[in-house]
Amino acid sequence: MFRNQYDTDVTTWSPAGRLHQVEYAMEGVKQGSAAVGLKCKTHVVLASVNKASSELSSYQKKLFKIDENIGVAMAGIIADGRVLCKFMRSECIYHQFVFEAPLPVSRLVVQVADKAQVCTQRSWKRPYGVGLLVAGLDEAGPHLYYNCPSGNYYEYYAFAIGSRSQAAKTYLERRFETFKDCSRDELIRHALLAVKESLQDEELKSTNCGIAVVGADEDFHILDGETLQSFIDTLEDNKAEAKEAAPEDPASTSGGGEAGPSAGAAEEPPAEATPMDM
Amino acid sequence: MAVLVAKRTSADVEMAHGFKEHATWSPYENNGGTCVAIAGSDYCIVAADTRLSLGYSILTRGHSKLFKLSDTAVMASSGFQADVRTLQKNLEARQKGYYHQHGKPMSCPAMAQLLSNTLYYKRFFPYYSFNVLGGLDTEGKGCVYTYDAVGSYERTGYSTQGSGAELIMPILDNQLKSASPLLYPPRETATPLTEQEALEIVKDTFASATERQIYTGDGLEIVVINKDGIHKEYLDLKKD
Repeated sequence: MFRNQYDTDVTTWSPAGRLHQVEYAMEGVKQGSAAVGLKCKTHVVLASVNKASSELSSYQKKLFKIDENIGVAMAGIIADGRVLCKFMRSECIYHQFVFEAPLPVSRLVVQVADKAQVCTQRSWKRPYGVGLLVAGLDEAGPHLYYNCPSGNYYEYYAFAIGSRSQAAKTYLERRFETFKDCSRDELIRHALLAVKESLQDEELKSTNCGIAVVGADEDFHILDGETLQSFIDTLEDNKAEAKEAAPEDPASTSGGGEAGPSAGAAEEPPAEATPMDM
Repeated sequence: MAVLVAKRTSADVEMAHGFKEHATWSPYENNGGTCVAIAGSDYCIVAADTRLSLGYSILTRGHSKLFKLSDTAVMASSGFQADVRTLQKNLEARQKGYYHQHGKPMSCPAMAQLLSNTLYYKRFFPYYSFNVLGGLDTEGKGCVYTYDAVGSYERTGYSTQGSGAELIMPILDNQLKSASPLLYPPRETATPLTEQEALEIVKDTFASATERQIYTGDGLEIVVINKDGIHKEYLDLKKD
């Protein structure tokens, strides 16, 4: 993506029919730390990689509750995300007040998308620099949406955004068909493993990641440190046992990541039979 | 305390028959009902009957006048049901916004102030709603706040509002009179009763009010708020 003479303004088309400013905004999302979302028949799980600007500071919060049944994970300019969060919250409250029913997720994402589109067609504005993974439950079931700075929105079985999200996406792509029959805890484990792919060399701790869950019998909430750490520890146990079970464990992390879930699946009644890609 | 009554005003029109008439349409109706709240040292009881009336008719025997605002605050309201419902929805929306902004639910005293402000906001077209708010304050002690229709409010140890208020208040005064805030040294405003004793008083007062009052009866809904959460109870009252 190189600088060119058509990218100064969001309201300027390039001769190739592109809006460069909007594309640059989407680049901004790719620079943010990763966020992952996945869903099963009954629950939706969001996971985030939390970065701290220095050792002295706290980790950036990226998971936010919008309503009892809806929450978001964001990647990119979190300040922009916070403002969108406020908007989403007030829309949910308004809908509940007027219709005495929770706002369906699909309607909410359309409202957000429309708001984002406005910023791509006004010369005095700039696009929102944040990608939102919207997880929610409504009468139609569990949903996971991705809201783009361009004003587009997509529904997903599972998705990852932000930096090094391709690693997480690869993990998800291989397994997403099995997710719908997963239990809540299995789904959380998958989310953590996907996030682990994005962390690569860094160790997964409850301080540098976050998990949030929403389900039919469970309001959207962010898991607290202790619960999160116990899930992470369970991952480690599975991985340690997998290492013992497969002695020709390759040195590469992607191989290690593969060993974890496959061996884990072998211990619990296997919902999947993913071959170990070496 | 403000009272809403129809008055002779300059809206009276001189008619051909010689005597004046005034418009008879009123935006308000009174759906009746009585509410009571009693605060204890670590609990609060909020109760209301379940009858909804209109004139001499009964609209329904099973309508709840209680509204949970948070885990530590329950509001009971009687009066014009449409205004009551709108007031409840309004407060619920504000409470959600507060929770998102501050990361914690509103405390009962905060809600008390919000209710007062919300009522006064419509000072010149009031919510026809007579409220008592009961719950636990920030220290976990029981608190009761009592209101008039335009938001004048006070924290007390017990209160009652609605059609049966004139019958019930003297009984509560007799049983629970809390110390005057003018006393020095200051005395506890919370009543030194146990939860069970307070519950008995609530049940007795409603039974008594039901006997002599046409707008009170059918059923009694009681909610007890304490550190273990909110516990609901329902009893029948006389249906005549």
